[in-house]
Amino acid sequence: MQTTGKSATAKPLFDGADWTFDLVNKAYDACAEVGLDELGLDIYPNVIEVITSEQMLDAYASIGLPHMYRHWSFGKQFVRDELHYRKGARALAYELVINSDPCINYIMEENSMTMHTLVLAHAAMGHNHFFKNNYLFQEWTRADAILDYLDFAKTYVARCEEKHGVNAVEQVLDAAHALMNQGISRFPGANKHVSLARERERALARHLYEEQSFNDLWRTVPTQQVNQGDDDEDVDKTSESGRQANLPEDNLLYFLEKTAPKLEDWERELLRIVRNLATYFYPQRQTKVMNEGCATWTHFYIMNRLYDKGLLTEGSMLEFLHSHSSVTMQPAWSDRRFSGMNPYALGFAVMRDIERMATDPTEEDKEWCPDVAGCGDAVGALKRVWAEFRDDSFILQYLSPKVIRDFRFFGIHDESQHPHVFVSNIHDERGYRRVRKSLSQQYCVSTSDPDLHVIDADLQGSRRLVIQHKVQNGVLLDRANCERTLYHLARLWGYRVKLIEVDNETGKTLKEHENLRMP
Amino acid sequence: MQIVDRRLNPKSKSLGNRQRFLRRAKAEIKEAVREAVKSRKVADIGSGENVRISSKSLREPTFSLDSKSGARDFVLPGNDDFVVGDAIPKPPPGGGRGSKGSKDGSGEDDFVFSLTREEFLDIFFEDLRLPNLVKAKLKNVKSQELTRAGYSTDGPPSKLNHVRTMRNSLARRIALHRPGIKTLEALEAEIEAAEAETPRDEDRIAELHARHKRVLYLRKTVAYLDPLDLKFNRHERRPKPSTQAVMFCLMDVSASMTERLKDLAKRFFMLLNIFLQRHYKEVHVVFIRHTNVAAEVDEETFFSGRETGGTVISTALVEMQRVINERYPVSDWNIYAAQASDGHNFSDDMEECLDILQMNLLSQCQYFAYIEVGSSDEGPYPPSEVWEGYEELLGQHSNFAMRRASDPGDIYPVFRNLFSDEKAQA
Repeated sequence: MQTTGKSATAKPLFDGADWTFDLVNKAYDACAEVGLDELGLDIYPNVIEVITSEQMLDAYASIGLPHMYRHWSFGKQFVRDELHYRKGARALAYELVINSDPCINYIMEENSMTMHTLVLAHAAMGHNHFFKNNYLFQEWTRADAILDYLDFAKTYVARCEEKHGVNAVEQVLDAAHALMNQGISRFPGANKHVSLARERERALARHLYEEQSFNDLWRTVPTQQVNQGDDDEDVDKTSESGRQANLPEDNLLYFLEKTAPKLEDWERELLRIVRNLATYFYPQRQTKVMNEGCATWTHFYIMNRLYDKGLLTEGSMLEFLHSHSSVTMQPAWSDRRFSGMNPYALGFAVMRDIERMATDPTEEDKEWCPDVAGCGDAVGALKRVWAEFRDDSFILQYLSPKVIRDFRFFGIHDESQHPHVFVSNIHDERGYRRVRKSLSQQYCVSTSDPDLHVIDADLQGSRRLVIQHKVQNGVLLDRANCERTLYHLARLWGYRVKLIEVDNETGKTLKEHENLRMP
Repeated sequence: MQIVDRRLNPKSKSLGNRQRFLRRAKAEIKEAVREAVKSRKVADIGSGENVRISSKSLREPTFSLDSKSGARDFVLPGNDDFVVGDAIPKPPPGGGRGSKGSKDGSGEDDFVFSLTREEFLDIFFEDLRLPNLVKAKLKNVKSQELTRAGYSTDGPPSKLNHVRTMRNSLARRIALHRPGIKTLEALEAEIEAAEAETPRDEDRIAELHARHKRVLYLRKTVAYLDPLDLKFNRHERRPKPSTQAVMFCLMDVSASMTERLKDLAKRFFMLLNIFLQRHYKEVHVVFIRHTNVAAEVDEETFFSGRETGGTVISTALVEMQRVINERYPVSDWNIYAAQASDGHNFSDDMEECLDILQMNLLSQCQYFAYIEVGSSDEGPYPPSEVWEGYEELLGQHSNFAMRRASDPGDIYPVFRNLFSDEKAQA
């Protein structure tokens, strides 16, 4: 920390582990003083909610959203988490924070006052700032509308269950969840700033309109066929204005919602809800390292400043450091505890490194990260990074040789048919760039998700839907999972579905899947 | 910033999800419960709730990449001594940590979780129903019982609630400053003393008399016990459903019943007991054992005691009849009987058994179940005397049932058969 000059004159905020609402308030004010006045963070207003561990499990189970609609998979998640928690195999997170305006932070009642302070610095300051300023969140989510939208989704699903039965709703949701990762329009411009608030109004209005204007006669009116230009893509576009298939389409849920011939209106709406949620979570999936790095750096800064000011006792500081160092620990690959990269560790390390480079650069830094090295304004540099990058671009830009050396990163090349994997790069002059690129690829969501497109939907003939998987480096889809997912897909589509795996470079068809049993 | 305390929010927010989850995994859970019933001690059934199910119906498939195909590059932390070009053998398939490969290669683990006692028993007893469970009596209730229904301000003297009444009285007396008897006596003693003094202090005496008068006045106007204070116990007549059942366990304990056969019988009795406990508020169990004489005994003796002698089943039936007449009037009790035997009886006794059953017992019982236990290694049973004799009853009485069991695993299916829905409707 660059903080100097201990002025331990102030009285500590608290002493001991017990917390009260008053103390939480005071701790928040102290964190805000550092976070807002010193760091100049830009945050949504905060709401702190105190919950019990059971409620935390609840929130966990419904992917972190407290007002989630009901579905058995959340119940499954709950009993699983509960069992782990009861056995002591897994501790609960200290906090949970929702990207919303106002930003909702959950703190658990059994935590000590030190942990509460840490959570406030971490979530209410760090995550909050990241949510509000990162370009992905700005582009993909509407923080002010998500809570209302969840409310709407919950009641809508409940109403559907009442009207059409729990089973019917469950089937649609199961299928939609299976395709959730294919429910995002990834390409720039595709995401037309959907306001979730307007979404809700739109859904209600559509429902009302259709109820009022329902006329069974329309079904019998012959529809006019329009040729789409591409000869192999005859698409029935007259069934509803605006419903036309622009193939290829990578957003399967969107395609089904608009085009699936057999779906009922409420089923389309359910798909839309799942799709909107997928979109809401999309930025979070792309910024795990940065988001945690930002929050961890922020809490580390704030806690240290509080200690410098004499607002934390030494006991609290030690408690904080203990938990901080456990959170930011990265076990080596050969360690029994290793379970992949720890985003807290990597994020925090790179943020600290940016801070170091800004104030105390080496020659190497000037070569590798010229834009921050020696700029002097560490906080300013960090804030710019937090706003303008996502995980893969962030790593590609700012993972310096020093961090690579510290983590002792090494690259592995794995050919599936070979009994060995090969060390392709290590932390040396030749390896830095390639390790950095490879790690960046690892965090790129568009390469870790299979690249799927609807390429054909024969709406006049067999009505068979054809999906194409563009295979990268020969990595095929997991067969069993693929077939089960196809079953769900076919259930939504209503007719047969075929999936072709095509090599991205040669264009050769590697494998075909077809849903054998029709739902 | 705003702090909200959510701790008091309704707890069971996840209940809806849990119900949906249980419903989803129903088939698997049922199978698991059935397994648990087979292997576990019957006494534990009500408490043991950890259930292991395969996660087959709980799959949430997505399009995912197959880690066993193609080529990939990735980065790991913690390089000890590798240099470029080193080859590291891959771990043997399936030997990876965590998930074990399963047959279809999905690598999904079994799913363990705990059911609450209620959920467990609900599944255990699902679509089982005791026949004639709803007695005619339950529908048009005749008997009524008095239940407490708070207090009222009027009622017969016999229902006066003294504690409440005196509490009210005391409160009222304190509130209205009614002088107690001690105050009065003290004052009178003071007057006496004052009057006895030689130089009489007339002023003081007059003042004391005025106070005395005042005290007397207050004691007279503020009653010790006012009608206002009275509180009476209130009772209401409520229709009383017949929610009690008695279960008769009849067992042959002659030498031919081995420990193993007794154990089989015991399981059957206990299952029936659990079942009855779910449906009735109160369940009594009467154990009657018999050889050539029958006696009502306690549970311990019933299962562990040994007797020698011949086998005369009718003695047990007579004993049962006696107990019913003495303690369990048919109008108040739902009577269930379960008889276990290895099928031996003195052949000339069968007629008497049938007589007693047909004349009396079967019309008094909600259900009479006969279970014949035998060892499996004896091959297919030859029809026993009792079995042949009882077969007559089958067609005539819908509340009579008989089954055979030779293995602990058989008990549950027998139980299900005996009380399955179809049977009840038949």
